[in-house]
Amino acid sequence: MNNLSKLGIGLLVCFAAFSFNACKPKNTGSAVSGDAAAKAFVAPGKYDEFYNFVSGGFSGQLSVYGLPSGRLFRVIPVFSVDPEKGWGYSEETKAMLTTSHGFVPWDDLHHTELSQTNGEIDGRWVFGNANNTPRIARIDLKTFRTAEIIEIPNSAGNHSSPFITENTEYVIAGTRFSVPLDNSNGDVPISSYKQNFKGTVSFISVDKTSGKMDIAFQLILPGVNFDLSHAGKGPSHGWFFFSCYNSEQANTLLEVNASQRDKDFIMAVNWKKAEEYLKAGKGVKQKASYSRNTWDESTHSGKHEMLTEVMTLDAVALKDIVYMIPCPKSPHGCDVDPTGEYIVGSGKLAALIPVFSFSKMQKAIAAKDFEGEYDGIPVIKYESALHGEVQKPGLGPLHTEFDERGNAYTSFFVSSEIVKWNVKDLKVLDRVPTYYSIGHLSVPGGDTRKPNGKYVVAYNKITKDRYLPTGPELAQAAQIYDISGDKMQLINDFPTIGEPHYAQSAHADVIRPNSIKIFKIEENKHPYAAKGEKESKVVREGNKVHIYLTAIRSHFSPDNIEGIYVGDEVYFHVTNLEQDWDVPHGFAVKGAKNAELLIMPGETQTLKWVPEKVGIWPIYCTDFCSALHQEMQGYVRVSPKGSNVPLTFSLGKNSSDPKAPGNNSNSDSTKK
Amino acid sequence: MKKLLLLAAFSALLFACGGAQQEDQQSENSETTDSKPEAAASPDGVGKFKDVQIPATLDAAMAEKGKSVYEVKCSSCHKLTDERLVGPGWKDVTKRNTAAWIMNFTTNVDEMLNTDPKAQAQLEICLVRMPNQNLSDDDARHVYEFMRQNDGIK
Repeated sequence: MNNLSKLGIGLLVCFAAFSFNACKPKNTGSAVSGDAAAKAFVAPGKYDEFYNFVSGGFSGQLSVYGLPSGRLFRVIPVFSVDPEKGWGYSEETKAMLTTSHGFVPWDDLHHTELSQTNGEIDGRWVFGNANNTPRIARIDLKTFRTAEIIEIPNSAGNHSSPFITENTEYVIAGTRFSVPLDNSNGDVPISSYKQNFKGTVSFISVDKTSGKMDIAFQLILPGVNFDLSHAGKGPSHGWFFFSCYNSEQANTLLEVNASQRDKDFIMAVNWKKAEEYLKAGKGVKQKASYSRNTWDESTHSGKHEMLTEVMTLDAVALKDIVYMIPCPKSPHGCDVDPTGEYIVGSGKLAALIPVFSFSKMQKAIAAKDFEGEYDGIPVIKYESALHGEVQKPGLGPLHTEFDERGNAYTSFFVSSEIVKWNVKDLKVLDRVPTYYSIGHLSVPGGDTRKPNGKYVVAYNKITKDRYLPTGPELAQAAQIYDISGDKMQLINDFPTIGEPHYAQSAHADVIRPNSIKIFKIEENKHPYAAKGEKESKVVREGNKVHIYLTAIRSHFSPDNIEGIYVGDEVYFHVTNLEQDWDVPHGFAVKGAKNAELLIMPGETQTLKWVPEKVGIWPIYCTDFCSALHQEMQGYVRVSPKGSNVPLTFSLGKNSSDPKAPGNNSNSDSTKK
Repeated sequence: MKKLLLLAAFSALLFACGGAQQEDQQSENSETTDSKPEAAASPDGVGKFKDVQIPATLDAAMAEKGKSVYEVKCSSCHKLTDERLVGPGWKDVTKRNTAAWIMNFTTNVDEMLNTDPKAQAQLEICLVRMPNQNLSDDDARHVYEFMRQNDGIK
């Protein structure tokens, strides 16, 4: 017995040692402690606590992950075509990607921003910016689809965007590249930057109910690079803050030439004052040419319009809209704490983090405590606006987010870490490594008045050895840290699509209840919808052929079509008659120089096909829909141009409407 | 002997773990699905409708509304004759089922398919689960009236 218990204990010890060993991290994961897995684990069938909306960078899209699991839920096509979803390929979606330059199939989406009411995330929309061909997109969180895209005139490198005010009064778009304004002569020497190049920031109003975007005004500013921005909140509501670099106004080798001065600027914009000037008629309407594309959920179609004017305000002539605050050195992040009192500028080449005080800044403005002007804009004395500096925080500070406990979390690209510090006393409290070279970071609600300081997510620029290698091109990566305790704790890694820049998270409770499941077929106002098989038909108008096709588990109506000629413009208008959640049908036709359609329940989408060869062309459903999905197919007969094969269409002998024109008329291909 | 005892203890430990996991999964499953096996199948099926009283004569206006629902949401799979398309033909459907059963099936599709023996018997024949076409209670009543019209009620 004695021996037995000894053995038993021995075994237990062995077992315990084994499990400890199994859990013990081996290399770069050494920061992971024992209970990390439990904190990040969301059991099968259970829901994540947060939605994480992550910019797709050069993929042009926006991806949606769950926190804390890091599971990918959806990639929302925004600025780039997506053949998987027919985005940019279906006739209805082409309008959404049309700009003043015509159809643009790609862009670079850097930042996401969730709509707010009273400084809290309200779960209605998420905005995204297109860097390359400057645009702002609004994504509807009832459908998780892009609802509107507005182009920004007088802009290039739309980077300090799409940040919003605390009631989503405005979404902001600022230029990275200064350029000559659109309606001036742009054929000037590049070296004439200082004379001819201008920066602009655009205040885009957002309709409270529809969300419709409109450029309320643009501020015309000296030629510098605007990098990032954030709205004031609470006491500083009515102000907007932008980081500016290249105050040297260099136009070549910016790496060196834009890093000369000890300090660049945080630009403070009094947008309430700008509104007053607008009301007083101080705005100047300028000719411009830019697109606004809106998605209509009832017609299931995008509408493209071109706008021809934009209201501008001259920030230099109207003295008291804009002020500069010196900020060391090439500031990148520009972040405002939840109280609205503190503005953090992160000089990416600086060895400290300056924190400015809104109330001190106001006093300095009232007392005209200026050190001079920059291109006509008053520059507030650094010390007069400064709350204090975080000393020796790390190397290369980029971005700061906040929790509800008075702490700030700043990402450090060069030293590859997140540093937690106290906003009031500016003392560094904790630091954790990231793998590797963190760019943005995100706390749920971390740029609002009501942060939810449970997690901070790091979006890293380098992945290297974190995952199994996949050749030279690796997954992008994010890392989740639990910040609920005194010490930050790495709990999860997840790879991401594209390149993640900024991301925001919302608690599932503000989004999940509003997520719609189907589009009601009764409310479908698509001009080519077939609401029921009775309305399915084929209509020829000259060389255009409109096929009103219905899809339901598991057949198309009609599924045999003849009398199509080479060179016809054939439009498959596919209506999904399903009214159940998670039953999309897909549609593809052999040889189409296009993509598939993916049609949600109750929706109609159109695929254009111009047949080039005589023959029989199969069509089929691409999205597995039922046990008889493989039976969901049909044939289109294409005859030579000028042939006399009559236009017929049918659905077997079992058509629900035997009197449908053409039904059964094609006895050769109908089962008897 | 000692070794055997140890082995037994060890495997008991393993089994204990396994059992706990299974219990967990089961409790989760029952949380996430609505289906509860019925003790005895009701002729009215499962759902909010029970013992629905229908007047002897047809309400033509109601049947007309039912017809328009049929054309959009049902006609792809159900003929008005006795011929089976994807689903059974509708001839005599009101003679085979109670009003409540039909209205429960059309508004509570998934639970009916998961638990009602009659609905399951149809599924075995058709092999395509009837889609939930999101009929309102009124829609279901109207469609039922249209079925009655189709079955010759005047």
